[in-house]
Amino acid sequence: MEHFNLALVDWSRAQFALTALYHWIFVPITLGTSFIIAIMETIYVKTGDEMWKRITKFWMTLFGINFAIGVATGIILEFEFGTNWSNYSWFVGDIFGAPLAIEGIMAFFMESTFIAIMFFGWNKVSKGFHLTSSWLVAIGSNLSALWILVANAWMQDPVGMHFNPDTARNEMVDFWQVLFSPTAVNKFLHVITSAYTYSALFVIGISAWYLIKKRDVIFFKRSMVVAATFGLITSLMMIITGDESARQVYRVQPMKFAAMEGLYYGQTNAPLVAIGIFEKAPNPNNPKAKEWAAKIEIPNMLSYMAALNPHAFVPGVHDLVHGNKEQGIVSYYDRIARGKTAIQALADYKAAKKAKDTEKADASLATFKDNYKDFGYGYYDDPHDLIPNVPLTFYSFHTMVGLGTLFVLIFILTLYYVVKNKISNMKWLLYIALWSIPLGFLAQEAGWMVAEFGRQPWVVQDYMPTLTAVSNIDHTSVMITVLLFTITFTVLLIAEIKIMLKQIKGFKDGGH
Amino acid sequence: MEDIIKKVFLFYYEGFKSMTVGKRLWLIIFIKLFIMFAILKLFFFPDFLKTNFKSDSERSNYVIEQMTSPINNK
Repeated sequence: MEHFNLALVDWSRAQFALTALYHWIFVPITLGTSFIIAIMETIYVKTGDEMWKRITKFWMTLFGINFAIGVATGIILEFEFGTNWSNYSWFVGDIFGAPLAIEGIMAFFMESTFIAIMFFGWNKVSKGFHLTSSWLVAIGSNLSALWILVANAWMQDPVGMHFNPDTARNEMVDFWQVLFSPTAVNKFLHVITSAYTYSALFVIGISAWYLIKKRDVIFFKRSMVVAATFGLITSLMMIITGDESARQVYRVQPMKFAAMEGLYYGQTNAPLVAIGIFEKAPNPNNPKAKEWAAKIEIPNMLSYMAALNPHAFVPGVHDLVHGNKEQGIVSYYDRIARGKTAIQALADYKAAKKAKDTEKADASLATFKDNYKDFGYGYYDDPHDLIPNVPLTFYSFHTMVGLGTLFVLIFILTLYYVVKNKISNMKWLLYIALWSIPLGFLAQEAGWMVAEFGRQPWVVQDYMPTLTAVSNIDHTSVMITVLLFTITFTVLLIAEIKIMLKQIKGFKDGGH
Repeated sequence: MEDIIKKVFLFYYEGFKSMTVGKRLWLIIFIKLFIMFAILKLFFFPDFLKTNFKSDSERSNYVIEQMTSPINNK
């Protein structure tokens, strides 16, 4: 492992994280507000009330600003695949190729065609056709998100593929298995429902600002009713899909699951740490394990969350590293040995093929196949290098869950008070709603941190570690582009916020 | 056919013309796309395998070599 250029790996990861984080500022608002707008327009078409048309147009403008600034920010990620992550791109090529191609075609045709009708077609097409276009923009943008999330899910749970040792590429053998793997289905549902929830917070928060300022009260109360109802439904779905996602993580990424809960030693009847703070000083007997300074636990809940059985055994970091015969868990030491055998067998196979030694090639290939499922472990010598950053994963997970629960409460209270027509008097709730916009963003990013930090060191679970995925390039060029991105993204973000704030502050409903 | 093309053109033309917040947004979009494709892609993001190898067979051999000989990595 010491032979790898870790500075290059770290800078490439930092660059990808920065780009993805920036891209994800815009995506969830696009995914969710498109549906909120379509619902508002549906009410307009059903009731014929002109205020609903103006409400739809107001949120459509903010959607448009977000869409325009965010458009094409994801393309940079694809640049990075080709330049910085060429080994990875080659290795996963056929698996990623199909979903990304479908994503590109869908995004281009559905979004770009119908978004034009949505914005330019108000007085040029029929009400019904315009409404259909608004719904198609929402469905199209969400379908394009499906494909990229399927690709991400495959990296966490690589199914439906076959590794070809002659080409060093994965080849898809079952498209439907890739598309409908439980990890992919849950990832997609959890990510989109969290995006809807964030969008609902975005609408409620901006509406709350108007109510605090006592401006266009009816207009924004109506906006709040739609967003709070939408947000309440989607946040409950988010909790259900998050719960199911946790079981998938337990099944396919037990180390990530242990890190999410800071579980170093596995146990039956495992309690869930609802709130916990790690002690800073490491235990001298086990410097890799963190001790708790304080925690509040819910008895048996972790076992139940993992396996729907309150008495189930949940493996901890120690069990995975050292193995647990009683529970049938193979140690990382053993997996590293098998991984090294697989890597050597692949090298021998290639050498034998080149020398036209069929017998040796066949024998090496058989050895390779027998040990391939632990292939990626072979790049490591110390199993402790296979442990993700536990405190970071734990705190990110608990921040996400805590904020998600708070959002459900905000939706319930907002809906209750707005229906009772008392929301204008609830200043404290309006301020909480306003501040829930950055909190929603924080929860989104925390969720991605759980997914991406928690799965380290893997870029493709068990098969390809991050350090072998990078291209053999000079890390100073990566450092330069990180700097360029930081400047460009900061300027663009400031521009978006300024344009959006100007639009919000300058709005006055002229249709009274 | 010509009539349809003309209608579609006018639809977009009038739509863009009547945009209220659009001008500054379009400027930002063009600057962003210019930076992405004319600067970043061109000078900083060449496709590593396509640039350095002529055929898929060469690329495969290179990646396998990278995967099986970590000691050769920088």
